[in-house]
Amino acid sequence: MKTVIIKYNAGNVQSVMYALERIGASYLWTDDEAEIRTADKVIFPGVGEASTAMAYLREKGLDRVIPTLQQPVLGTCVGMQLMCQYSEENQTQALGIFPVDVRRFPAGELKVPHVGWNNLYDLKSPLTEGMTPHPYVYFVHSYAAPVCEYTVASCDYVVPFSAMLHKDNFYAAQFHAEISGKEGQLILENFLKL
Amino acid sequence: MLTKRIIPCLDIKDGRTVKGTNFVNLRDAGDPVELGALYAEQGADELVFLDITATVDNRKTLVELVRNVARHVNIPFTVGGGISSVADVSALLNAGADKISINSSAVRRPELIDELALQFGSQCIIVAIDTREISVPSDVVSHQETTTSRFGNERVSTHEIRLTTEHVVHTHGGRKATELRTLPWAKEAQERGAGEILLTSMDADGTKAGFALELTAAVSGQLSIPVIASGGAGLMEHFHEVFTTGKADAGLAASIFHFREIGIQPLKMYLQEKGVTMRL
Repeated sequence: MKTVIIKYNAGNVQSVMYALERIGASYLWTDDEAEIRTADKVIFPGVGEASTAMAYLREKGLDRVIPTLQQPVLGTCVGMQLMCQYSEENQTQALGIFPVDVRRFPAGELKVPHVGWNNLYDLKSPLTEGMTPHPYVYFVHSYAAPVCEYTVASCDYVVPFSAMLHKDNFYAAQFHAEISGKEGQLILENFLKL
Repeated sequence: MLTKRIIPCLDIKDGRTVKGTNFVNLRDAGDPVELGALYAEQGADELVFLDITATVDNRKTLVELVRNVARHVNIPFTVGGGISSVADVSALLNAGADKISINSSAVRRPELIDELALQFGSQCIIVAIDTREISVPSDVVSHQETTTSRFGNERVSTHEIRLTTEHVVHTHGGRKATELRTLPWAKEAQERGAGEILLTSMDADGTKAGFALELTAAVSGQLSIPVIASGGAGLMEHFHEVFTTGKADAGLAASIFHFREIGIQPLKMYLQEKGVTMRL
């Protein structure tokens, strides 16, 4: 099986690579269109800022490649946000795979960014199969997609938001499965088994 | 619901874990990779590795250590100590660190926080603040008293220096006092793009008499980013205090975990029973 991690200026993806190694999966880290298109599984990671990441994807033509992929694609964190329609983070037009806008958490009583372990509920994704009903996973983010028809796992922080999205062959997780302990590992394993 | 976090801190010197009391008297407490993986297994929510030697010579050792930790640990971890440039941060993040923490270098050149936040995102930038209470002159009060000596000389006196206690930011592992005060510096760090504050009370550190609750609450209450409280943990109830009265988002400790005075799992169960949300 060929797993590709999309290479772009999305900060640190080393954790994702080590997480794959821990479950015995090999991967290719590349921004080459042909390599991406011929992969069995594609991971679209991301930490950092949305508009810079999006500008880079456009420069490399990846903004055109990613939405047209046919194999299972998993976007994480900013990767997930970029798979949405638009992000309030520096008014970024994103890839539009999920027709939903990413918004900043409203300022108020709770701190922003949302940092730490929070539990998921309403699990409806093949990626969460075998998990406990309210597993804890690790989040670090200030922006989130609201709950919508493509939400397959929800989480509460200030407001309920989409912790996971799923549409056709596109899967996305707002949290960092790669550093979410055993529960996170299960999500990666489930994705590779699709 | 978002949980409070329990974070063991591993002080690293020459690739080994050590822990000082009040930043001196180092004791050896084991292999960092093994210890880190053990803590992750026991339910630690994050790990912090602080390289307390941080000389140019052992930066490579540190990067190699970070690589090994990242391979074996499946929870987030932070690396700090001697980080002073975008290149340093890049090397550590590329080796697999999830966050980095800066201290002296941010005080020396606060713009570094902006640069790092811009380049790598606020989520991975922790500003560590070592703070100590110091009595400083706040006011000089003149007493317009005139006294006459027994020889008839008049003497006008005297000045009194009033002292107040201030929370003074220290750098260089706590050895150097700065002009900065803790609360304004924490706010500035946040404005410049820090994602979290790691607040260490040097007065409490090593005492095992509890966290600096008042200070932690003041800093946490004034910031919109999470505050990790550090220094002074000795008992389970100290963590309860720092999460309630101290308003901390995370509690960090070292020796009590390393020397197995408090187990992470029993601590988290205790806190959960006390009504503090924990990942169990």
